[in-house]
Amino acid sequence: MIPAEFDYTAPDTLDAVFAALADGGEDAKLLAGGHSLLPLMKLRLAFPSLLVDLRRVPGLSGVTRSNGDFRIGAMTPHAVLEHTGELGLVARVAGTIADPQVRHRGTIGGSLAHGDPASDLPAAMLVTEARMTLRSAGGAERTVAADDLFVDYLTTAVGEGEVMTEVAVPALDGWGFGYAKFNRRAEDWAMVAACAVVQAQDGVCRDVRVGLTNMASRPLRAEAVEDALRGQPLEADAIARAAELAAEGTDPPGDLNATPDYKRHLARVMTRRALAEAAGTEPGR
Amino acid sequence: MSGASDSNGQPWVGRRLRRKEDPPLITGRGRYTDDHSLPGMLFAAIVRSPEAHARVVSIDASAAKQRPGVHAVLTGEDLRLESPLPCAWVPPGVEMNVPDHWPLARGEVNHVGDPVAVVVGQDRYAVVDAAEDVFVEYDPLPVVVDPQEALRDGAPLVHEQFGTNRVHRWSLGADDVEQVLERSDVVIERRIVNHRTSGAPIEPRAVLADYRSGELTVTTSTQVPHFVRLFLALMLGMSEERIRVIAPDVGGGFGAKLQMYGEEALCAAVARHLNRPVKWVETRSEHMMVSHHGRDQVATVRMGATRDGRLTGVHIQLVADLGAYLMLLTPLIPTLGAFVMTGCYEWESARVDITGVFTNKVATDAIRGAGRPEATHMLEVTMDQLAAELGLDPLELRRRNFIPKERFPAETALGMVYDSGDYHGTLARLLEHIDPAEVRREAEGLRARGVYRGIGFSTYTEICGLAPSRIAGPAGVGVQAGLWESALVRVHVSGAVTVYSGTSPHGQGLDTSFAQIVADRLGISPQQVEVMHGDTATGPQGLGTYGSRSLSVGGEAIVKATERVIDKARRIVAHRLEAAPEDVELREGRFSIAGSPDRGMTLAEIAGEAYVVDNMPAGFEPGLEATAFYDPENFVFPFGAHAAVVDVDVETGKVDVVRYVAVDDCGPAINPMLIDGQVHGGIAHAIGQALYERIHYDDEGQLVTGTFVDYALPSAAELPSFETDRTETPSTTTSMGVKGVGEAGTIAASPAVVNAVVDALRPLGIEFLNMPLSPQRVWEAVQQAQEGVRA
Repeated sequence: MIPAEFDYTAPDTLDAVFAALADGGEDAKLLAGGHSLLPLMKLRLAFPSLLVDLRRVPGLSGVTRSNGDFRIGAMTPHAVLEHTGELGLVARVAGTIADPQVRHRGTIGGSLAHGDPASDLPAAMLVTEARMTLRSAGGAERTVAADDLFVDYLTTAVGEGEVMTEVAVPALDGWGFGYAKFNRRAEDWAMVAACAVVQAQDGVCRDVRVGLTNMASRPLRAEAVEDALRGQPLEADAIARAAELAAEGTDPPGDLNATPDYKRHLARVMTRRALAEAAGTEPGR
Repeated sequence: MSGASDSNGQPWVGRRLRRKEDPPLITGRGRYTDDHSLPGMLFAAIVRSPEAHARVVSIDASAAKQRPGVHAVLTGEDLRLESPLPCAWVPPGVEMNVPDHWPLARGEVNHVGDPVAVVVGQDRYAVVDAAEDVFVEYDPLPVVVDPQEALRDGAPLVHEQFGTNRVHRWSLGADDVEQVLERSDVVIERRIVNHRTSGAPIEPRAVLADYRSGELTVTTSTQVPHFVRLFLALMLGMSEERIRVIAPDVGGGFGAKLQMYGEEALCAAVARHLNRPVKWVETRSEHMMVSHHGRDQVATVRMGATRDGRLTGVHIQLVADLGAYLMLLTPLIPTLGAFVMTGCYEWESARVDITGVFTNKVATDAIRGAGRPEATHMLEVTMDQLAAELGLDPLELRRRNFIPKERFPAETALGMVYDSGDYHGTLARLLEHIDPAEVRREAEGLRARGVYRGIGFSTYTEICGLAPSRIAGPAGVGVQAGLWESALVRVHVSGAVTVYSGTSPHGQGLDTSFAQIVADRLGISPQQVEVMHGDTATGPQGLGTYGSRSLSVGGEAIVKATERVIDKARRIVAHRLEAAPEDVELREGRFSIAGSPDRGMTLAEIAGEAYVVDNMPAGFEPGLEATAFYDPENFVFPFGAHAAVVDVDVETGKVDVVRYVAVDDCGPAINPMLIDGQVHGGIAHAIGQALYERIHYDDEGQLVTGTFVDYALPSAAELPSFETDRTETPSTTTSMGVKGVGEAGTIAASPAVVNAVVDALRPLGIEFLNMPLSPQRVWEAVQQAQEGVRA
C-alpha cells in the first residue's frame, strides 16, 4: 500500500492552485479530502506526478442559502452536509456515505469531480438539478449542470486546469425526499441506490425525480419511473407500478457480489422504497 | 485498573478487571514490529508472481539494481538456506506428498503472490518502486483452483513430481459406519461447504532481522516466537542459542501468525548476506494474497437416526483444499476438526475420512478455530436438517442425544475422552434468555412486511488446550513437537513479581488474567505482577499462543511455578517464625501461621529474607523464583449453546442478525470480562464467515477479493449487541478447572446463523443453504423457491 513517488503542494490561493496545475501538466491532480484518490494511489491504480492540495485555499467550505439555492463550498466535508438538515435529500444521502471518518475527510467537490457512479452524492445532484461552478486561471468561470457533469466512469466535465469551487443545490422547499441504498456493509459503496424527490399536491404527484446510483457507468435519472408516476396518486400501488420501470435504460456492471440482473431487481426495489419514503407512504429504512 | 486496590479478602480471580496491557495500546504507545528501527536498517520489498502457476524463465533485475538506494536484488538461488520452510505435521503411518517450499521460488511459482525476488534498499518507498522494475519472464502452466476438480483424472498438476494433486488421506473412527447407517430408519446426506477465509488481523505481518557478529535477532509479528527461532536455526544452519526471536506488541493473529513464514527466513538470510538490519512490512494487499488462509473444506455428511430421533451414525467425507504448499500445520487442520466431529452427542458409530488436495492457491492453515468451526458447522447444520427430516424440534433432537453429564469423562465414538460437560445445562440456561416460541410469534407478525424472521441454534463442544504432548506429539497425532508450556515466576527483592510465560499473547488479555492468578496465590495485587512473554531471550522455552491453550496450559504452568515459589516462601516463614512449613498459610495478604494470624510475613518481607540472607540457616539457597513446565494428561473440551435470530429481507436477500445469545462453558472464570471479549470477537468472526467474508479466486487462480472492499469483513455496524452468559463446569484435566475460550465463539456461531436463515425461509420452501449467505445467494434461492411454487 505504498504509492508511487509524487510531489505535493498546498497553495493558499486559488491563483496559486491554477499556477501549480499549469506547472504540473496533465499528471497533476487536485487533492481534496483524499478518500477516493489516495486509496487508488496506494493500490497503484493512479500515479499523479503532483498533488495540489486545496485545504489551505480560503472560502471553499461551508453552506449558505441565497435566492432559492443552497450554495455549498466544494471543500465542505460530507459530515457538514449530513448535519445540515435543511439540505433535505443531500443531508440524507451524505449521512450514508461510508463511515464517520470518511465523512469527516471526504468532500462534496472531491466526490463529484471524481465521478464514481457508485458514490452517493452524484445521483442526488441529478435529482436536485444542482449546478457546479468551475473556475480556472485568469478569473474564468463556468457553470455546469449536474446532468452534464457526469460523463462516464471516473470521467467528469471538469477540465484540466479547472477547479470546482461551489455546488448550487436548489432548495426543493415542500418536496418530499427519500433515499434507499443497498450495500452489504454500512461502510460499503452502494451496490445499488435510488434517491427520489416528490412534489405532492392533494395526494397527487405533481412532479417527481428519481436518481439511480451504480446502475451504469454514470449516475442516471430513472425517467420512465418519473413519467409513470407524474400525475398519479401518491399511493403504494401507483408507486410500485412506476418503480417496476426503474431498470429501463440502465446498464449495470456485474461484479462478484451482484449480477446485472440482480442489480436491476435491486433498482426496482430501491426505487420503490425511496419513492415511498419521499411520498411518506412508508418510513425510510 | 477497575476493581479494588487491594484484595479485601476477595480473590482477584473471577473479577472483571480491565486489561492492564491496554493503556499503552489505546494511547498509541504500543510498540509493534514496525515501530522498531535500527541504525543502518534497510527495507525489503518482494517481487511476487502475478501468475497462479508458471515456470520462471528468467529474472532481469538490472534496471532495479540501477535505481538509487537499491543495495541488492536477490532470487531463490542466492539465499543459501539449509532447508525449506517446514511442515510440522508428520502423522505416523500416513503417506504425504510434501513439496519443497522456499522463501523465494526456485524455478516455479504455484500461486498468485508466490515470492520470486526481494529488493533491498535504503528507502521503504523506493524499494517498492524498484520491485516494479524487476522483470520476470513466466511460462504459464495449467491452473487448478477447485479442489474436487483437482482430484479428477487428467486435472492439471500443481506439483508434477507427485503425479497427483492428492496430498494425503487420513481417517478416524469405525469401519462399520456405513453398515450402521444402512440399518438406520432415516439417513440424510448433505454437501456442506466451508469456504476460504482470511485471518485479517488489524496489524499485518512485519519482520525486522538484525545479524551481527554471528548473532541473529529477529523481531516479528508472530504468535510463536520459539518455533520461529527453531526453524530459523534449521533453515539458516545456525545454532539455536545464537538466535533471538522477539514478538513485541502483536496486533492480533487469529491463527494467521501461527506460522513459520518465508519472509521471516528471507529477512534473516538477507540481513546475514548484507550484514545490515532488514525490515519488511506486509501491506494489506499482501496479507490478503499470501498470509495463509483458513477453512476451504467441502464435506459430504451422512447422518442417520432412528425414527424416534436416536442418532445412529455419522460419516463425514471431507476434501480439504490445502493450497499450493504445506505450511507449518496445513494438513493437520481438518484433523483437528475430526476429533470433535461427533459433537455433544452419543453415536453408535462415527467416521471421518479426509483427503487433502493441492490447488494453485495460497496454503490454508490455522485460522481461529482451525478445523473445529468447520466440524461444528458440518455437524450442527446437518443436525437441523435431520430434525426437519424427522419432524422433530431441532432442540429436542439434540436433547435426546446429548451425552449426559453423569457420563463424563466420556469416551466418544471417535475415541476422544471429553473431560467434562453439561450440555443440557448450557441449553437450559440459553433458553432462560431466549424463548423460541416468542421468536416464532414475532416472525408471524413480520412476514406480512416481507421480513422473514428465523431462529437457529448450535450446541457445540470443541477441543482445545493444545498440548498434551503424549497425544498430540510425534508418536500420537504426529505434531513434530512437544506441546507443553512453561513459566518462570520471579519474586524480586521488593516483593514485586515478574512472570515469564512461554505463551505469546497478542490481544487476548492474558497479561491481566495471568496476573490475577499469581496475585491471589502470593497475596499481592495484580498491578505488582508484570507478565513477560514473546522473547526467546527471556524466560524458559515455550510454545506460543494458539489453539485456546494459553490459560489452560500456560496458566497451569504459571500455577505450578507459583506453587514452587510458595513452598520456598513457607520454608522461609517457618524458619523466621519458628513454625512448621505446613502450618504456614496465606491469609489476608500475609503468609501467617495457622491459628496465629497475627504472626506472619508479607511477600515483600519474605523476599527480603530470601535475597538479603542474613537470617537464614547454613546451606540456604538464596533467591525466590521457580520455573515449571506443564504437560497435561488430556485436552480440554469447552462447550456451549448459542442462538441466533435473523431477519431476512426476501425482496433483496439481505440477512440481518438481530439477536445473538451465547451461553459458553469454559470452566471457572478467571476474568469474565475477558471471556466476554473473546466470545464477542469469536462470534463476529463466525458471522463474518456465515454472511460476509469469502476469499474468492477466479478460474485462472487470480485472487478476486484482494482488498477490504471486496473481502467483506463485517464491522460493529453489521452486528447486534451480543448477549452472553456462562455456566461453569470445571475441567478435570486442569488444576484450576479452566478450559480455553479464544476460539469458542468462532466454533459455535456459523451454524446457528445458517440454521436461523433456513428457519426463516422454510415457509418459502427453502430447506438448505451453504455459506456465505450473501444477499445475492439468498435472493436467488428465494427466486428459485418462488418459481418452484409457480411451476
